[in-house]
Amino acid sequence: MSIETTNEDLELSVLELDADSPKAAPARLSSLDTLESEAIHIIREVVAEFEKPALLFSGGKDSVVMLHLATKAFWPGKVPFPVLHVDTGHNFPEVIDFRDRTVERLGLKLVVGSVQEFIDSGELAERADGTRNPLQTVPLLDAIQRNKFDAVFGGGRRDEDKARAKERILSLRDEFGQWDPRNQRPELWNLYNGRHTVGQHVRAFPISNWTELDVWRYIERENIELPGLYYAHDREVFARDGMWRAVGEVSQPRPDEEVITKTVRYRTVGDMSCTGAVESAAATVRDVVIEVAASTITERGATRADDRISEAAMEDRKKDGYF
Amino acid sequence: MSTEIDTARAAALLDEAPLAHRILSSTLFRFATAGSVDDGKSTLVGRLLHDSKAILADQLDAVARTSADRGFGGSAGGIDLALLTDGLRAEREQGITIDVAYRYFATDRRSFILADCPGHVQYTKNTVTGASTADAVVVLIDARKGVLEQTRRHLSVLQLLRVTHVIVAVNKIDLVDFSESVFRDIEADVQKVGRELGLGSDGIADLLVIPVSALDGDNVVERSERTPWYTGPALLEVLETLPAADELESHLESFRFPVQLVIRPQGALAPDAVAGGLDVEKYRDYRAYAGQITEGSVKVGDKVSVLTPGQDPRTTTVTGIDFAGAELTEAVAPQSVAIRLADEFDVARGDTIAAAGTVRETSADLYAALCWLSPKPLREGAKVLVKHGTRTVQALVRSVSGKLDLATFKLEGASSLELNDIGHAQLRLAAPLPLENYLHHRRTGAFLVIDPLDGNTLAAGLVNDHPGDHEDERYSI
Repeated sequence: MSIETTNEDLELSVLELDADSPKAAPARLSSLDTLESEAIHIIREVVAEFEKPALLFSGGKDSVVMLHLATKAFWPGKVPFPVLHVDTGHNFPEVIDFRDRTVERLGLKLVVGSVQEFIDSGELAERADGTRNPLQTVPLLDAIQRNKFDAVFGGGRRDEDKARAKERILSLRDEFGQWDPRNQRPELWNLYNGRHTVGQHVRAFPISNWTELDVWRYIERENIELPGLYYAHDREVFARDGMWRAVGEVSQPRPDEEVITKTVRYRTVGDMSCTGAVESAAATVRDVVIEVAASTITERGATRADDRISEAAMEDRKKDGYF
Repeated sequence: MSTEIDTARAAALLDEAPLAHRILSSTLFRFATAGSVDDGKSTLVGRLLHDSKAILADQLDAVARTSADRGFGGSAGGIDLALLTDGLRAEREQGITIDVAYRYFATDRRSFILADCPGHVQYTKNTVTGASTADAVVVLIDARKGVLEQTRRHLSVLQLLRVTHVIVAVNKIDLVDFSESVFRDIEADVQKVGRELGLGSDGIADLLVIPVSALDGDNVVERSERTPWYTGPALLEVLETLPAADELESHLESFRFPVQLVIRPQGALAPDAVAGGLDVEKYRDYRAYAGQITEGSVKVGDKVSVLTPGQDPRTTTVTGIDFAGAELTEAVAPQSVAIRLADEFDVARGDTIAAAGTVRETSADLYAALCWLSPKPLREGAKVLVKHGTRTVQALVRSVSGKLDLATFKLEGASSLELNDIGHAQLRLAAPLPLENYLHHRRTGAFLVIDPLDGNTLAAGLVNDHPGDHEDERYSI
């Protein structure tokens, strides 16, 4: 491997050096530093090029990391956009509490789209299986249109799912919020094209290139606070569809399902009616990093009942305007 | 429960030097794969993911079920590894790959981002997209077929995009009975094409050829005993040890920093920072330029020039490099930082901060190679948008001066460019830009051509020198 070069920069760099010693090769950035810089670059591009961005914020770890990156991108200024939460009405109370404290701490505006309100007004119908995750699409699109958001940041990662592996970092949505996987713009170098016409909007995924382990390593490195249910705790649960479900107001065991107390934690915090806990003794972020590194099952496969419906479950929901 | 954690493995990780610890110090390496139809690219990618243990139990279960449904009987334990990389429903149904897909895996040394580029449809579009961010590209060749026209096209595109490392994997070596002479003939053909193209002639790029069997795993993750005549490294060893493009180039290149936005809180300081003890007085008049270093590195005290289109370069000194509360003494590509300058110039998004004395004059005449990525053809006289760094300007296509025959590497006459064509064109820009030759500047020499009507990306652009012009002479020192 030769790094002899005829590159004119080498000669020019001699000119600019004055009398100083030659430039030494700086240490290579770690993969986390590289991913962090890439995400901050994308967040700043979207803020610079769009009229009215918003950040999807559920209190889940990916959206918490996104918000943390946004605070770093604009330091010492405030995060220059509101956060948007689609509340299924079945969220864990401690996560809603965490959401409100975070918004307060950072001085942000919170916009809430409510699945319950749409059900109450008859615009949405409860599903037979009681799962509300797929119902989030309508309130989400309504909130985007009502607030005229032209860019919506999400914490989606390409390692989560086969369909997400093909989605662009800036992903165009049509007037109906739909994603067209067969007609995506090529994404070249670090030049992001967010141009869109009236009625269209763009979903921006600055942590597309992060893995679940990257997210946890970053949470550890940056000492980021998360809702407590990401860490091991004792909880009353029952087994359903191969997952541990929490006993709660909206998540009641059937007569044949036995309730037991287990030490569990959550790998994702979504709707209580379809998010399962995993048995785990990982009580600290370090324990979780090690657990994730050693885990033999992907986070969606482990804990999301709605992705098991069919092999293409995520793709179908994304086409309809889901996150 | 299907959610069991492999506790033995976790315990081992805790006892030994934990994997998590080692991964913490790893670096990132981006590579792409390109190949022709049926050369086994999906199988190779599946093999890399599988053998580097990036495939988790539930993904493998799903693939095993589908393989069994389809009666797959391959030698990888009855699992069709190609299924691991098929993303969309249409692809699974039709058994094809539609679009670039990104995959992630890590070894003890590195974290990898893999752009898996399909070969048969729109190969130029996909290869250009994948290669634009790649430190290395793996091109597949079927050992039974050797170098095809498609291979020449792929290598041609990679040379044009100045990919640092090109690795040719001669696949299905098992189907030619691990024959050394077959491999050596193909290797010689590849090196000949490389020489014709000038691959590696700039002293940075290199071209490697490796015999592999993706189906059986020979020389993919570990060196194979069935190719004793091959003494080189396995594919994954190569990917783990090649220097990344930034590693090779950032200390050779001059500092370039396109300004994304100005950070000027004017009293609207972040409440969490204030609560954490931020000196409100000190930051009342804070002003810094936020961006990502695209090339080179910068230190506090460095002399820099601010390039604003239509104005002479203004020279000043870097007084601070900030990153979220940390004051850095030095930063390097591709770090995102905020830079403070000694003089209070009017600096805005779209301007570039560059090492003083390395600044090229801005120009409104753009000569470039265009990789045409849209079904809507390019015609002379078309009005387009050019996005370069953080600036987007209007442009007029004055002329198309020819297109490349990718198989013969010759330039043919042409007055328009169609989907997947690569040609040369001259554009007139509505405002001058600090253009630099792509040959020496993979970031500041790159741009997008955008359709002003619907906003779609039409082309990937690579800046050429003006005809009869030598870039060095155009620097003002």
